[in-house]
Amino acid sequence: MTAVTAQGASVERMRVRRRQRNVPLVAGLTLLLLIVLAAICAPLLTHWDPIQQDLVNARATPGTPGHLLGTDALGRDVLSRLLYGARVDLRVGFLAVISPFIIGTVLGLISGWFGGWLDMVIMRIVDVVVAFPFFVLVIAIVFALGAGTGSVYVAITVVGWVAYCRIVRGEVLVAKEQEYALAARASGLPTWRILFRHLLPNVVLQAVIYSMSDIVLTILALVTLGYLGLGVPPPTPDWGSMISDGQQFLLTQWYLATIPGVAVVITGLALALVADGLVERFGRR
Amino acid sequence: MKYLLYVVRRLVQLIPVLFGISLLVFLLLKIVPGDPAVTLLGSHVTDEGVAALHQQLGLDHPLWQQYLTFLGKLLHGDLGESYQYQSSVSSLVFQNLVPTIWLVVTGALFAVIITVPLAVWAASHRNGFGDNTIRTIPLIGLGMPAFWLGIMLVLLLSLKAGAFPASGFGDGFANHVKSIILPGLTLALALVPILVRSLRASMIDVLQSDYITTAKAKGLTGRRVIFGHALRNAAISSVTVLGVNIAYLIGSTVVVERVFALNGIGYLMLTAIFNRDFPIVQGVTLVFAVMVVLVNLFTDMTHAALDPRVRLA
Repeated sequence: MTAVTAQGASVERMRVRRRQRNVPLVAGLTLLLLIVLAAICAPLLTHWDPIQQDLVNARATPGTPGHLLGTDALGRDVLSRLLYGARVDLRVGFLAVISPFIIGTVLGLISGWFGGWLDMVIMRIVDVVVAFPFFVLVIAIVFALGAGTGSVYVAITVVGWVAYCRIVRGEVLVAKEQEYALAARASGLPTWRILFRHLLPNVVLQAVIYSMSDIVLTILALVTLGYLGLGVPPPTPDWGSMISDGQQFLLTQWYLATIPGVAVVITGLALALVADGLVERFGRR
Repeated sequence: MKYLLYVVRRLVQLIPVLFGISLLVFLLLKIVPGDPAVTLLGSHVTDEGVAALHQQLGLDHPLWQQYLTFLGKLLHGDLGESYQYQSSVSSLVFQNLVPTIWLVVTGALFAVIITVPLAVWAASHRNGFGDNTIRTIPLIGLGMPAFWLGIMLVLLLSLKAGAFPASGFGDGFANHVKSIILPGLTLALALVPILVRSLRASMIDVLQSDYITTAKAKGLTGRRVIFGHALRNAAISSVTVLGVNIAYLIGSTVVVERVFALNGIGYLMLTAIFNRDFPIVQGVTLVFAVMVVLVNLFTDMTHAALDPRVRLA
């Protein structure tokens, strides 16, 4: 009896929680939407070409008529480079987590469900990959394959799948002992069907929540590679190369290195809020 | 005795991981497009020269044999020869190791010094103004690139205030200390957001446990409960959290060394990338991984020493 009331109470509490506004989620999604819209609408928001040089008007301070955020050392409009840079960094950031997500989730499902030697082998591979510091392995792989977005996708995949694999494996280990999983197994369904139709929808949520911070991590990696000259090749604008270009003029034009960094921080904030909101909405992480 | 057994078990677990690391690092050089002999010979490339160099570098052997040779050399501390400098990779790494170790230690130290008071304050004043402020740190810090943070610190504390050198490692101990503060702080601040979040959560867990209620019921002061009882247990989890994130911290040294022109192994790696000096990149990658493995081993051993439950498991 007590169990029933306790359950009733928690259901009631969940309803209350659902009715309340999820502030982080709403704020995060709004901010993210604004950033994505700004990136998509870049040609409408600024009429400057991000790679068009104009040495006469070089290093204009922010607020100069026509150049809201000023111009860089080559006279390129900073706002325009920021917006077009967002297109590159956001696109690669979002796309790059797809393959690690899929590979990690599938291997995590297999590892957790089958256990035994398969689990052992996969977990040892995970141990090896996590032994490498994130940036070091990403930089080394991108260097070996040659700078550019293609290499970034490969590097992020090689390094990134392990986190998803660990998360999903942990979830599967819990889920496979639950009634629905036992029932599915007892009814003689084929294994792939149990894994992908019954288990996956229940275990994928934590991976989705993690993917929000993973996108931030990927954008950070991309910006860092851009800073080191290993990212998107110039003159395509990218926040990382903007910071490294601006660093040379730190004493006189401090805002050149500052502005793109602030853009990265705001993007990170938006995604962190979404992640927090998802945790609040769906519980535990 | 139990502790010794735990250490032995932990060391045995390391063996397959170290093999895996060596294999991955070996393959790193193999995924490079093009023939390394052609790269090495540059403009003097001839068919005979390439063939001779293949034989000299052992590239005419099957892949598994090349790996065994690589592994054999590795066990003797031989990481190969640099293309650029007339020197072995291991001696170059050794020469540049000191600033990196300084940086990692300073970074970890600063991270703890900054994190612990913030987390303790937040957890013991839950939902207050301070707590809510501290809880926004991880949100803002998540997307903060370490190198950008370093540039901002240089701008504010070095160029504007003139308090610290903007780059280099200086000469002599006193100058080393002065030069390492900003890079160390950069590294620490990049990690603090993650650490604050975890330590605050575990501190709250601890504060809700029965023995804290008992301590409070005994009439101990709030300060004694927190510092004498709660922090001691929360410290265990902060050691683990630091251990988990140390790989990230060590990895960030590469970029931070670049910002501050600190001649550590990360700097060596980036210079080698610029010179397309593959063996150095390979060697430094390996050394970084081994560093992480050793630090993890050390944190696990500390954890086991602090918390008997770990070694009994």
